[in-house]
Amino acid sequence: MGSLQLKSIRKAFGDHEVLKGIDLEVKDGEFVIFVGPSGCGKSTLLRVIAGLEDATSGSVRIDGAEVINTPPAKRGIAMVFQSYALYPHLTVKDNMALGLKQAGTEKSEIEARVAKASGMLSLDPYLARRPAELSGGQRQRVAIGRAIVREPKLFLFDEPLSNLDAALRVQTRLEIAGLHRRLKATMIYVTHDQVEAMTLADKIVVLNAGAVEQIGSPMDLYNKPANLFVGGFIGSPQMNFITAERLPDFARTGVKTIGIRPEHIALSRDTGEWKGKVIHAEHLGADTILYLETEVTGLLTVRLFGEHRYVADDIVFATPDRAFIHRFDANDQAMQ
Amino acid sequence: MSNRARMSPVRTGFVHLALAAYTLIALFPVFLTVINSFKDRNAIFRSPLQVPLPSTFSLIGYKTVLGQADFLNYFQNSFVVTIASIVLVLLFGAMAAFALSEYRFRGNALMGLYMAIGIMIPIRLGTVAILQGMVETGLVNTLTALILVYTAQGIPLAIFILSEFMRGVSDDLKNAGRIDGLSEYAIFFRLVLPLVRPAMATVAVFTMIPIWNDLWFPLILAPSEATKTVTLGSQIFIGQFVTNWNAVLAALSLAILPILVLYVIFARQLIRGITAGAVK
Repeated sequence: MGSLQLKSIRKAFGDHEVLKGIDLEVKDGEFVIFVGPSGCGKSTLLRVIAGLEDATSGSVRIDGAEVINTPPAKRGIAMVFQSYALYPHLTVKDNMALGLKQAGTEKSEIEARVAKASGMLSLDPYLARRPAELSGGQRQRVAIGRAIVREPKLFLFDEPLSNLDAALRVQTRLEIAGLHRRLKATMIYVTHDQVEAMTLADKIVVLNAGAVEQIGSPMDLYNKPANLFVGGFIGSPQMNFITAERLPDFARTGVKTIGIRPEHIALSRDTGEWKGKVIHAEHLGADTILYLETEVTGLLTVRLFGEHRYVADDIVFATPDRAFIHRFDANDQAMQ
Repeated sequence: MSNRARMSPVRTGFVHLALAAYTLIALFPVFLTVINSFKDRNAIFRSPLQVPLPSTFSLIGYKTVLGQADFLNYFQNSFVVTIASIVLVLLFGAMAAFALSEYRFRGNALMGLYMAIGIMIPIRLGTVAILQGMVETGLVNTLTALILVYTAQGIPLAIFILSEFMRGVSDDLKNAGRIDGLSEYAIFFRLVLPLVRPAMATVAVFTMIPIWNDLWFPLILAPSEATKTVTLGSQIFIGQFVTNWNAVLAALSLAILPILVLYVIFARQLIRGITAGAVK
């Protein structure tokens, strides 16, 4: 239980079309992440699934049942919000219990479920506190707990980590991943952070300007981006794009742009394909990221593993690994 | 909170001077009313600025006022009218504000503007029509008439202030309530109202004071003995030729007390609301 089908979901605010016909199939137990730049419609899509926003047209099926006219509380979903959205005047325990009370669940059952969720999230010491007395990370755990006690068919997460600081974000990310393994529940998660998407998802849906650009596993998207947008969006630092005009042997085969990831370029001080000058070097310890200005390609980012002693103004030669070059046609679509 | 790095002592001094001057100007008439209410008639006229001395101290004004059996009744009328009006203004004002701020519907902005116009047009302009209406419906000389008029008078400002505050209540919170199965009424009463309590207290104070002090509508709509309010009741001591100043001043001093109590109650709500802690 916990599958989801979207069929040609459209949503318009006045004349402005935010979602332009989204189709999606989510299987039971899958962790699906919607990722895209801000304003791409990913949050709106999540709200349509939750029933907080009416779709202009299209169909939403949860477990095979059409829910487009079902109110949010009856859809069997739970949602975790970016701003936590805890009830400020209720204790942690009451925050988690409210939904069940509202549904008329028996008291003993509520107690048991709250106890189980708070144990899972180590919230036991805080049950009697109010949200104002908790730290950001604790609040987000309460929000997740509130979702768990509902035992929903679908968990919806709306950028749950963006209000947390970097260290807490990694920790909460691990907790969410662990939770997914333990609960085996279907989760749909919205983020603009491709690292979150890559690390958590079974399946990533890349959205741009209200349309799906590509759906696939994280490694599919990394290795075989369907188009220029996905290639540029997934991976950090960003993929290098070079117009084929500068590379005659590619232009002859109808390629418009080639893409090469920074980690797939070798560097040498003596010989190589593209001669260039180092503009800036970032030494991160595990990685060294170099920004080159080359004669053939213009600005080029190169990622080397480990420590390297390049500094600005060094003259270097870059050689792309041919096996990892992505070719895009005039419509920015990947060529096989 | 004064901060020595940002505020020079001279500037702080000027600020305090201005505040003190304002306080003095605002409080002086009240002070004068109260001290003179404790003096005998001669002392009021001979040395109005002097505090009551043992030789001039007198409770004659209070005796006159409280001796008039009706005066308790006047207080009760004022209380009933003020409290009932505040409750209705807050309830309906908040509901309208919620609808205007929460739901997108055709004519939303126009409706908001229409409601706000009430702030700019004084309700007294409609006195004749209101009186005619009250006569037709047989509401003249009832407290209901006053409550209805004051509710109408208070609602525009309530909607204006509350809808601004309600727009500030996080959408996520309301949506979380919807997912938890709260009805729109439950969201309004259990999530939104507690969060805008400081604004409610503000509106209550703004609504309460003009109602309590009003002389116009009690005089026109409910001048009967049974429905007189305190402000109107005090007028019996003001005559065309002779005015019982002791009684007038005592009545006015007494009239300050209930409103002060109400103010303290609302002000505490205001502070509690601010410190309750919101979404984040």
